[in-house]
Amino acid sequence: MTGLPKDVLANPRLSAWLSVGADGTVALRIGKVELGQGILTALVQIAADELDVDPAAITMLAAHTGLGPDEGPTAGSMSVADAGAAVRQVCAQVRRLFLDAASAALEVDPADLRVDDGRISTVDGARSLTYGELAAAVDLDRDAGPPVETKPYDQLRLTGTSLPRIDLPDKVTGVPRFLSDLALPGQLWGRVVRPPSPGAALVAVDAAAGQAPGVVAVVRDGSFLGVVAETERAADLAVAGLRAAAEWREEATLPDEDDLAGYLRAGPHDDLPVDEAGTPGSGVVTSLTATYSRPFLAHASMSPSCGAARWDGDRLHVWSSSQSVFGLRTGICLALGLEPGGVVVEHVEGAGSYGHNAADDAAFDAVLLARSVPGRPVHVRWSRQDELSWAPFGSAQAVDVTAGLDSAGRIVSWEADVWSQGHTSRPGFRGTPALLAAAHLAEPHPLAAPGDPPPERGAGSTRNARPGYAIAARRITGHRLREVALRSSSLRTLGAHANVFAIESMVDELAQAAGADPLEFRLAHLDDERGRAVLLAAAERAGWSGRASDGDVGWGLGYARYKDKGAWCAVVAEVETGTELRVRRLTLAVDVGRVVSPDGVRNQIEGGAVQSASWTMAERVRFDHTRITSTDWESYPILRFRQAPRVDVVLLDRPEEPSLGAGEAAQGPTAGALGNAVAAALGIRVRDLPITAERVVSAIQSGDSP
Amino acid sequence: MELTVNGTSRDVDAHPDTPLLDVLRGDLGLTGSRFGCGLGQCGACFVLVDGRAVPACDTPLWSVEGRSVTTVEGLADGDRLHPVQQAVLDEQAAQCGFCVSGIVVSAAALLAENPQPDEATVAAALDRHLCRCGIQHRMIAAVVRAGRESR
Repeated sequence: MTGLPKDVLANPRLSAWLSVGADGTVALRIGKVELGQGILTALVQIAADELDVDPAAITMLAAHTGLGPDEGPTAGSMSVADAGAAVRQVCAQVRRLFLDAASAALEVDPADLRVDDGRISTVDGARSLTYGELAAAVDLDRDAGPPVETKPYDQLRLTGTSLPRIDLPDKVTGVPRFLSDLALPGQLWGRVVRPPSPGAALVAVDAAAGQAPGVVAVVRDGSFLGVVAETERAADLAVAGLRAAAEWREEATLPDEDDLAGYLRAGPHDDLPVDEAGTPGSGVVTSLTATYSRPFLAHASMSPSCGAARWDGDRLHVWSSSQSVFGLRTGICLALGLEPGGVVVEHVEGAGSYGHNAADDAAFDAVLLARSVPGRPVHVRWSRQDELSWAPFGSAQAVDVTAGLDSAGRIVSWEADVWSQGHTSRPGFRGTPALLAAAHLAEPHPLAAPGDPPPERGAGSTRNARPGYAIAARRITGHRLREVALRSSSLRTLGAHANVFAIESMVDELAQAAGADPLEFRLAHLDDERGRAVLLAAAERAGWSGRASDGDVGWGLGYARYKDKGAWCAVVAEVETGTELRVRRLTLAVDVGRVVSPDGVRNQIEGGAVQSASWTMAERVRFDHTRITSTDWESYPILRFRQAPRVDVVLLDRPEEPSLGAGEAAQGPTAGALGNAVAAALGIRVRDLPITAERVVSAIQSGDSP
Repeated sequence: MELTVNGTSRDVDAHPDTPLLDVLRGDLGLTGSRFGCGLGQCGACFVLVDGRAVPACDTPLWSVEGRSVTTVEGLADGDRLHPVQQAVLDEQAAQCGFCVSGIVVSAAALLAENPQPDEATVAAALDRHLCRCGIQHRMIAAVVRAGRESR
């Protein structure tokens, strides 16, 4: 069947998505998960519109490998686009099935029936049946039929409005909702002693050191070491005893943290051609060359990762805040030689998740520990230290750019080389478990070097490596390390944060060389009307009009279209460089096509901008040659309340255009705008992130000018 | 050991050095106070002890003997949310919400002392709290609003 949304094609059974109760309530189960981005609320709006029911009648069920649809990972800002399209079509088909059933029962042509608030009535209102009354007569245990026309935009009541988030009342009052608060019947508590460094192996441990009141089991398998106890407190105390007793053999496997570009360039690499056109260098009058870089970044989620698991014979049930419950199931099956049919992974909300963090690893820890206590669930929580040192990092990246202006001051040539580790190694990656503890077992499944999503899904290392500007001659190539020293995987925007930082920095450097205003210079090279529109809107809101600096304050611009096919975003950053380096304000204009929830989009853009400001100005994973050393919030600082910039968002309204994701639109352009604003304020350009006071001083010492 | 939690006297059988957070979450089942770091650095576990906001992960049980502890579960007055909780909903000042319970506890302590704080005062009072989703300015707006509306 063509014409159906891809997630419906992959999961055609309607009952996997939706059920209707005799009381008229609708239970909707999607394959995407709530990460704090508000996806559940947005989908309630879409479903309520298409079904003609009150949003309060809809319950969102957790993603579940045994019961719900497989929509792949919740990633890449695709949830509203993919799950939204699927839910809209499923609901339109279900609505039609109920109309047909009502038509048969009332002996009225479906065209003469209307639906309001879950009630199907004759046009004169004289006779009616509710969804609930018809539920028993409509069998949803069937495959989706040919595509049904969904409602036109002007008939949607909730889409385009800001329904309050359905999950927030629980979260402001402390009602248990997070995986960390899961309390299953008979639940025990697990803790793991992680190796002290990535290259470490467990030499010896006296298991008696983990024996204490309340301890149920001490588990060792190779370098995997953990405890199961009756209470969390007992597990914490026991694991501390084990940690003190464990002897490890460590190896210096990490690169020089002050020469990441050298490490990334050393190879061997997989080369990733991105773009080639014309003859780079021809017609160039002024040529600029620079390298831009970012360090490894941590997810730094507010909750250490948790997971829970219970074995019943050879059947396994897992509770996880994973972004990819089906992928996690695959990883577990690969690690333990299980069949997917015997393993269920059910999603439970965790704290904000910004990519592939340690959620999957914590779930697998629980799986391993729970084997020692059949029939009883084991709940595992990581420590803050392990979270900051063992969760996959967002890869460091270095970008070499050589670009040239012609005699008229136009960019005519762009050559770039992107050096990076891969940005993807989710569970089940390349036929391996890709789970941390599996690499530590006596019969290990080593962690494969990370890869990248394919170009059609936006690539990874080379995501947004091609400038969106009209440049005649281009050569852009990625170089991804085949062997890596640090574990890396998806962190929000993957390579786009560093790539857009590099592009937008270089564009400003070129504008300065051409003697042009950064806004005029960009517009002169940008054919994309929606791109021009966000640049103009951000500039207008921020009062750009040619100003770039004023005493200690500097303004800078950044722009990108995410993945070249997603949302358009432009940013004006305002930074202050007096006694401290501070981001005062970020003004963003975005175009995400049709907006399902304006406040939801604003919240995502605001949060994306603040998180990017934190990455860009403050963050850096630290290590010596053996160990990760940024293991708490003092050694891995993120922006605090007094440092977080104000964010002002202009939302361009395009109701007739397809919806595009908002969660990753802001990060790249924000980084570019910040670098440019600092350069405007100080006359010094910092090309290596983060832009800290220390980096500014070293840029001054090295004599770099913007 | 006896202490008052959310207005009710509780007798807790735990070692005096046990972190208050473990007692609240484990012994008393009050999981609204979050474990974020265990080091007193992130603010996710803040509770009121005799009205003062402190990190429960870094507060030993012995130090709260006989004192009054209020957690996020105890902020509301029956069905009526605390003004800060209501303002957080009104401003939609959250994303994942994990940091929110600690923050509303701190904000409640601030408002008790300074009923109508300005933005800079709120930002300073909440600076001990981390949020990774980037809702800081929504939260500041919510606390200012709570002050304004409870006039």
